[in-house]
Amino acid sequence: MGMTITEKILAAHAGLDRVEPGELIEVSVDFSLANDITAPIAIERFRQAGAEKLYDVSRIALVPDHFVPNKDIESAAQCQLLREFAVEHELPHYYEVGRMGIEHALLPEQGLVLPGDVVVGADSHTCTYGGLGAFATGVGSTDLAAVMITGRTWFRVPASIKFIFQGNLRPWVTGKDLILYTIGQIGVDGARYRAMEFTGPVIDQLSMDQRLTMANMAIEAGAKNGIIAPDECTRTFVEERAQRSYQFYQSDPDAQYEQVITYNVSEIEPQVALPPSPANSQPVSSLDEIPIDQVVIGSCTNGRIEDLRLAAQLLKSRKVAPRVRCLIIPATQAIYRQAMDEGLFTIFLEAEAAISTPTCGPCLGGYMGILAAGERAVATTNRNFVGRMGHPESEVYLASPAVAAASAVLGRIASPEDLD
Amino acid sequence: MKLAGKAWKFGADIDTDAIIPARYLNTSDPKELAQHCMEDADPEFAQKVSPGDVIVADKNFGCGSSREHAPIALKAAGVSCIIAASFARIFYRNAFNMGLPILESEEAAADVVTGEQLEIDLATGIIVNKSRNLTYKAQPVPPFMQELVAGGGLIPYVMKRLRD
Ligand code: SF4
Repeated sequence: MGMTITEKILAAHAGLDRVEPGELIEVSVDFSLANDITAPIAIERFRQAGAEKLYDVSRIALVPDHFVPNKDIESAAQCQLLREFAVEHELPHYYEVGRMGIEHALLPEQGLVLPGDVVVGADSHTCTYGGLGAFATGVGSTDLAAVMITGRTWFRVPASIKFIFQGNLRPWVTGKDLILYTIGQIGVDGARYRAMEFTGPVIDQLSMDQRLTMANMAIEAGAKNGIIAPDECTRTFVEERAQRSYQFYQSDPDAQYEQVITYNVSEIEPQVALPPSPANSQPVSSLDEIPIDQVVIGSCTNGRIEDLRLAAQLLKSRKVAPRVRCLIIPATQAIYRQAMDEGLFTIFLEAEAAISTPTCGPCLGGYMGILAAGERAVATTNRNFVGRMGHPESEVYLASPAVAAASAVLGRIASPEDLD
Repeated sequence: MKLAGKAWKFGADIDTDAIIPARYLNTSDPKELAQHCMEDADPEFAQKVSPGDVIVADKNFGCGSSREHAPIALKAAGVSCIIAASFARIFYRNAFNMGLPILESEEAAADVVTGEQLEIDLATGIIVNKSRNLTYKAQPVPPFMQELVAGGGLIPYVMKRLRD
């Protein structure tokens, strides 16, 4: 019997011919990462274990991105800890402010994570790299510390759910809308402990930026990983970036799936996920007039160049509504540079949006755009839990960059079609 | 190992932002984190909870981020065990890795209410509701996880591997 792409990658890294869902295996890890929130605990555990050396200094990235540039003294101390550890161990992949980016945008961009890899990160959105055809999943800091020391970790092999996307995308519908719709259908634990495999003609046509957006939110359905089989689009993306070898895996035609779910995307409109759950997704046209205070376009979900281009397309020759703050946060330095070179910043500034240096910032309610009680934001981020962007009585509505930009202009949750 | 404590009942999909909001993640000091434990689900929880108390929740407890600050905050606040209908994947791993016992029991999750006294036998997975003299059965902990817990969590396990 055949195997899924997830099973094949795990089997190869466990040194086994095949693996079955439910099996406990130990695998080698190709790349790992931690950030300014999770690395301090991992470093503490690393020291507790009495470890002196990392298994391979070239296979870990430490990325201060959540509270940097340091938002306060405590976060400065956390970043200091990372920096000193990076210096002590001569880590080649430590990314300081000015060179950094939001981790899940940065690592694929730098060619550090590749198709066929097993990647673990002390951050739940590590699942983003499934967009490249890697097995990537989030773990806690203690798990990460063990990986730093041994280069290995254990997994229970997940059963796979196959999603087939067919039909033709309607105007303004993006990968973000597809994943919000999917989570809306299956719920926040609809894929708990499972692999979500995104397939079908619509996925084949999606750009790498949008594939990464989809895989990014697999965790929001409780999944262990999200994955898209690599193809020519993947090859073009990784060829110029990869500094080590990589491998393309594909699911066998007779692979076993726990469930196969088919969506006809011709029926899917741009989506908005209402607070406080990413599974509360609704077609934007079904919503009443919902006034907003802030728009955030950025994050590891939608802070890549294509997202900024889409926002710029809608903000061009328009202005952000008078009572709305529109924050635009390119996810990495390279994206920042490219957006600037392409003239997107002129469009954003003329629209009276604010442009920030790369940071997670408001996405997790850290800083740089915190909401007061009763305030409402439309964000291209991935979580709209209670208090996620500030006060527990503030609200976050999740949407694509197109819906976010249209909402910024109209001062209410809006579809790009509502713009004249 | 037996545990006993008062139950605090929560609903479904209690996420890690509710367990410990990100606005407090500029530190990993357990005492600091404990003060804000469950703040966005019940603002007074940190004041009300007593050492040994047990959280009982519906499905998908601990969904969301990978922050280990969530089990750290719960443990430091005095929570001795969490019983839920089901747990989110990363939270499940994190709790075991740091020795915070958790049990899956749909029966207990559906029945227990705040204030009831529970007695839990981790070895057998039997939960006794002393307030109403009822017994619930929890999913047995997988043998591999039992081994991890018996060894004192993941770090001692890794240390042993390093020595061997
Ligand atoms: S952008 Fe948001 S979701 Fe992504 S890594 Fe940063 S805080 Fe997490």
